[in-house]
Amino acid sequence: METVSGTRAEAVAIRIRRKEFPALGQRGANLVLSDVDISIAPRSFVVITGPSGCGKSTLLNIVAGLDREFEGSIVLGPEIRRKTFIFQTPRLLPWRTVAENIALSLPEGDPRHALIPDLIARVGLEEAVDAYPERISLGMQRRVALVRGFVQEPDLLLMDEPFVSLDDPTAQGLRRVLIGLWHRHRTTVLFVTHDRAEAVMLGTRVLRLGGGSATVIGDAEVRLSADQRLDADAVRAEVARIFGDT
Amino acid sequence: MTLSSTVAPERGAALPRATLVRIAWPLLSLGALVLLWEVAALLAAYSGKARTLPGPGDVVATMAREWGSGQLQAHVGATLGRVALSFPIAMLVGAAIGIALGRIRSADRFFDSWLIFFLNLPALVIIILCYVWLGLTETAAIMAVAVNKIPNVAVTVREGARSLSRDLAEMAAMYEFGFWKTLRHVTLPQLAPFFMGAARSGLSLVWKIVLVVELLGRSNGVGYQLNVGFQLFDVAMILAYAIAFIVVVQLIELLILQPLEARVNRWRR
Repeated sequence: METVSGTRAEAVAIRIRRKEFPALGQRGANLVLSDVDISIAPRSFVVITGPSGCGKSTLLNIVAGLDREFEGSIVLGPEIRRKTFIFQTPRLLPWRTVAENIALSLPEGDPRHALIPDLIARVGLEEAVDAYPERISLGMQRRVALVRGFVQEPDLLLMDEPFVSLDDPTAQGLRRVLIGLWHRHRTTVLFVTHDRAEAVMLGTRVLRLGGGSATVIGDAEVRLSADQRLDADAVRAEVARIFGDT
Repeated sequence: MTLSSTVAPERGAALPRATLVRIAWPLLSLGALVLLWEVAALLAAYSGKARTLPGPGDVVATMAREWGSGQLQAHVGATLGRVALSFPIAMLVGAAIGIALGRIRSADRFFDSWLIFFLNLPALVIIILCYVWLGLTETAAIMAVAVNKIPNVAVTVREGARSLSRDLAEMAAMYEFGFWKTLRHVTLPQLAPFFMGAARSGLSLVWKIVLVVELLGRSNGVGYQLNVGFQLFDVAMILAYAIAFIVVVQLIELLILQPLEARVNRWRR
């Protein structure tokens, strides 16, 4: 594998020839991804969908640099200086308070610390800042993880089903915060979800992963205006257009 | 509304009673032990062997006398000083070895048999060898105690290091925590329960070994004084020093270890 800074017009160039998990006990080696080629334009919001277990999270782990055991390459454009991964589970430090968990993600004295109060207010965590993670609900823990990710102001934001198991109004509110961040900070987003409506609501481009050893089986631009993204009927129509009836 | 108004006063009354019960039980059982001791001492005196088992009164009198002469404070202080020196050394070195073995697989495979060897080496052998190699010095005494304790700490901490969360390690890497921040905020808090376990069992082990070290090669400390009591056949003195030390160790447990543990665990649900 190689991770190099490229000079092309792509923010991220994903070229994965093979990714397999080694044999475990009686089960043979499991080929998860094969020939996944994705070029991601700067400032785009790319959503990757597919059935659970198809390798979406593995793909994200590879792009994040957490998984280096694969054949192929991930090339990041020169404008990608900071990348942040918002994990599927909150992954907070249970022995540090909410405020400490967020503050620890930034170097001491970093100017980005000033962004924290506003983000806390926007996701409605004011009451919980001094609580320990295990004493607040999973939904609130997820919001802490989101603030921790957003406050980085990353150039590349990787998100693995961050809104799963949240109630609808909360998830919708957080999606708005995400879109706001994306507009303000010129962030390139790579977002994994199995929720097709969410994919269409958020993304500028929707990729579908599937097949025995997963590869890209669909690639479509989302043709919705900002207003249409909030309209359930328009979203439903766009889901039908992109995904067909299957 | 009715529920809260009926429940609240009952709770308020129950709380002091629970505390009372918690204090009353150990007091009652200790009282019974002292009573049993008194009866046994009376029986011994009756059969003309008062010197082999002095009663609680004699022992308290001996303690008061030793306290008055300053001997008790001096010897208990000397022993505590040795505990205070060897205990942190054993914890630090043992923890470092435990973390290394828990994280580095090949090191664990290689050194596992060494660890088993040192775990089963009798304390007395280590003490004698330290005195033989380093002379009857304070350094030899401290080292003998630490070396006895290090394998226990290493084994306990190794268990903790083996079970470190990979999820949190990835998170720390993603947010560029760096070595020290990861150690302080991610690794050490996960090991805290194992440190507490090692400290608990360690303290009781260390002070018992210190007594043997003092008995064999020091001229002060509770262990030395116990030896003097043995030579003079002064059972009252032996019991006086033993009880004084039990009280000190219980105070350390109550005033230092338990509050520390409560602080370390305050984030838990």
